[in-house]
Amino acid sequence: MMAKSKASKAQLAELFRSFIDPEFVITDEETLKPYECDGLAMYRQLPLIVVLPETVEQVQRVMRICHEHEVPVVARGAGTGLSAGAMPHKEGVVLSLAKFDRILGIDPLSRTARLQPGVRNLAISEQAAPYGLYYGPDPSSQIACTIGGNVAENAGGVHCLKYGLTVNNLLSAEVITAEGERVTLGSDGLDSCGMDLLALLTGSEGLLGVVTEVTVKLLPIPEVARVIMAGFASIEKAGDAVGGVINHGIIPGGLEMMDSPAIIAADDFCGAGYPREAKALLLCEIDGTEEEVSEHIAEAEALFRELGATSIRTSKNEQERALLWKGRKSAFPAVGRISPDYYCMDGTIPRRYLAKVLVEMEQVSKEFGLLVANVFHAGDGNLHPLILFDANVPGEFEKAEAFGSKILELCVAVGGCITGEHGVGVEKIRQMAVQFNEQELQQFHNVKAAFDPQGILNPGKGVPTLKFCQEYRSLEHKQHRHEQQGAHHG
Amino acid sequence: MAEQINLLQEQVQHARSNSRRLNIVGGGTKAFMGRTADPDADKLSLAGHTGIVEYHPVELVLTVRAGTTLKEIEAVLAEQGQCLHFEPPRFGEASTIGGTLACNLSGPARPWAGSVRDQVLGIRLLNGKGEHLRFGGQVMKNVAGYDVSRLQAGAMGTLGVITEISMKVMPKPAATLTLVQDMAMEEAVRYMNRRAGEPKPVTGACWVDGKVYLRLSGARSAVEATAEKWQGSVMGDGEQCWRQIQDMKHNFFGDKNAPLWRFSVGSAANLPVLDGQWMMDWAGAQRWYRGQAALSDLEPMAQAAGGQVSLFSGGDRTGEVIHSQPEALKVIQRRVKQSFDPDRLFNPGRLYSWL
Ligand SMILES: Cc1cc2nc3c(=O)[nH]c(=O)nc-3n(C[C@H](O)[C@H](O)[C@@H](O)COP(=O)(O)OP(=O)(O)OC[C@H]3O[C@@H](n4cnc5c(N)ncnc54)[C@H](O)[C@@H]3O)c2cc1C
Ligand SMILES: Cc1cc2nc3c(=O)[nH]c(=O)nc-3n(C[C@H](O)[C@H](O)[C@H](O)COP(=O)(O)OP(=O)(O)OC[C@H]3O[C@@H](n4cnc5c(N)ncnc54)[C@H](O)[C@@H]3O)c2cc1C
Repeated sequence: MMAKSKASKAQLAELFRSFIDPEFVITDEETLKPYECDGLAMYRQLPLIVVLPETVEQVQRVMRICHEHEVPVVARGAGTGLSAGAMPHKEGVVLSLAKFDRILGIDPLSRTARLQPGVRNLAISEQAAPYGLYYGPDPSSQIACTIGGNVAENAGGVHCLKYGLTVNNLLSAEVITAEGERVTLGSDGLDSCGMDLLALLTGSEGLLGVVTEVTVKLLPIPEVARVIMAGFASIEKAGDAVGGVINHGIIPGGLEMMDSPAIIAADDFCGAGYPREAKALLLCEIDGTEEEVSEHIAEAEALFRELGATSIRTSKNEQERALLWKGRKSAFPAVGRISPDYYCMDGTIPRRYLAKVLVEMEQVSKEFGLLVANVFHAGDGNLHPLILFDANVPGEFEKAEAFGSKILELCVAVGGCITGEHGVGVEKIRQMAVQFNEQELQQFHNVKAAFDPQGILNPGKGVPTLKFCQEYRSLEHKQHRHEQQGAHHG
Repeated sequence: MAEQINLLQEQVQHARSNSRRLNIVGGGTKAFMGRTADPDADKLSLAGHTGIVEYHPVELVLTVRAGTTLKEIEAVLAEQGQCLHFEPPRFGEASTIGGTLACNLSGPARPWAGSVRDQVLGIRLLNGKGEHLRFGGQVMKNVAGYDVSRLQAGAMGTLGVITEISMKVMPKPAATLTLVQDMAMEEAVRYMNRRAGEPKPVTGACWVDGKVYLRLSGARSAVEATAEKWQGSVMGDGEQCWRQIQDMKHNFFGDKNAPLWRFSVGSAANLPVLDGQWMMDWAGAQRWYRGQAALSDLEPMAQAAGGQVSLFSGGDRTGEVIHSQPEALKVIQRRVKQSFDPDRLFNPGRLYSWL
């Protein structure tokens, strides 16, 4: 075996500068600063070096060097991630894919697009529009986030109940492995021979390889889309209405729910004309052919009325549809206006537990003395509770974080999971020990080792070490006992 | 059911401590697929491990034990007006859901509804150490940990024994109608792809015997309006025709012994038309070829068309039957196998000779 030679910062930088434009090998603190976190700014770390290669060969060489010297590598797209997945490693390299922003080709006949990893999600649909096509997965961050980051997080959006997540819309990915091999997973065909390594890569949070090219499926733009806005006097009623539509055999293109605090904040923010007295609001979009949409809209409206909607409004044209969605789409910044800070959680539950989980969440909200607003993908049970807090008040972020943990554990308790689309990253690594047992986590580590024997890709993220889990579990146990005792002595 | 799991677990542990190999058998209907099973391996049968674990129609999620037959699953779903959207082929009454996932087979709706791989949400799996593990879940979105569930699709049981599967189900379309018209093969590729690019309720596009078949399904009004607009005559027994294609009972598949090759390629790609019989499904993304050929000759053709080829059935099944893998991917797949099944207990050589 080769002796392990860990290179110094200066040595590494020199190695990189031998084949990457020196301007794009960043080593000074001031220029490194913008890379210290992703969208979850509470977690920060300056990296050793940031590189911005311009060709796949350069990416490959970076990986080979880091593999040889056992240097951690964190791939980075647009840095919009919300679980600190792209947060740098202090002894590692940030490998930015920002320069890979070209759409390599759109094939309208076979309805596919070949993309470099740094292409922005929205840019795909914009470029495909002249052919009457679009890219299905539409994370709310789509103006900024990259397709490479989407693959790494298996990103989803409003459309995914009907059109699937990233994994369902991906045909192939070219990947540079931790060892610097260039491989293609998948093909232009709908499925490929052997193990489905493409599925394994999708959602692996940059832990299995660096994506350098992807081919995605494009869908025909629906002839028409209309949205029904329905207000309800309780979360339960709105939840039943969601089930009602689906049970009726209608799969909406989007089905979103907001609770009272979110309705008011969003309406204040953009004057969408939401029913401010409602306790829950549903936005149900139906898309398809003219005939199909008018048939289903009529059926869904009737159903909502029957199931107790207190107000109903259906978009008559594109402007009105955009207005009704505007409130939902700007719900996060809207909530941002009513609170100095907010912490966006991401957990998924079986839909039938919606009311139960929201009621319990309200209870926990009281215990912590922090407000929570809810905006979520009702169609697929993906919750996004926004915990309101003030980072300037000492201890409030810690409280928000603890509240967030409780919510995730609640999701697992009803058979859901700790992340629907934001990933585990650093943020939710503790809760992995709640969702998975030791053997399962060990299996994940073994899978990781199959791709990255030295563990240089995004170390410390995604899957916790078993030691960490044991410590976390025993801590939980102690706290739990402590709380119980407290209650007893009460 | 706990007993059955214990039994399966014991069989795995027994094999492990006695250096035996295991041939995982669901319904035994897909034995013709993959490479010939290791004659030395002991049979590990899932046939007793059956039943619906959980089904909430409103959630659009079904959880079943892996030995459950497709027949039983489809009956339970039909009661609620739902179905498996990926239309798995049934080669016999005994076809199980575990074998369906392991082989990653999907029917004509594949390009629109996705495959079994797309619909699977979570699994339970016995790995080669006899550990019974849970991955994924019962919810549509889950990105915690690696997607081990979808990894099973097409692995043909080489990574472990799937014991339970949760998957997405969908409402049955309200109306279905099939249009048929005469067309040459080359023209059909373009025609099917053009139609698939229109925002209309297409759920099947297939070419066989000089005819192109388009299936429309969804809301009745949409289906009828589209049929009126497009060319082709409405087929009387359309549903039966698709069923035959799905279950590979169509005349095209008649001769069971002749080698049947499956090309999975770019849907609009040009593929040289070799002598023999051809059929195209999935708007051109799946092409069937019945004829004598060598895998090594077909591979470059498939690759030029953006995809891969395999010897689906018939022919010599002692050599390699599926598209070869580049060295770097061989290395990863061997290591992945090693990570699940360190003693190589499960289905040795079923997928590749080297795995
Ligand atoms: C008419 C007939 C004749 C037969 N003759 C013979 C014979 O002569 N000799 C003989 O040995 N057998 C015979 N069999 C039994 C059977 O065909 C084979 O033993 C078996 O290899 C094929 O079953 P199967 O797993 O393909 O079933 P399927 O359920 O169709 O499974 C297909 C594939 O999926 C894998 N798989 C299935 N379930 C799971 C699971 N839960 N987890 C992981 N992987 C799974 C299997 O290992 C296999 O790779 C016969 C069966 C029939 C119906
Ligand atoms: C306001 C807002 C709304 C959001 N809404 C949604 C939503 O609706 N749905 C949703 O799914 N997400 C949402 N997100 C989260 C985030 O946008 C997604 O996770 C997105 O996919 C991240 O893409 P990115 O390019 O910013 O990746 P980054 O943040 O740069 O990286 C994310 C992870 O991917 C890895 N990575 C990035 N590029 C590559 C590559 N080329 N190869 C390998 N690994 C790579 C990184 O190492 C990191 O682990 C939202 C975020 C914000 C800020």
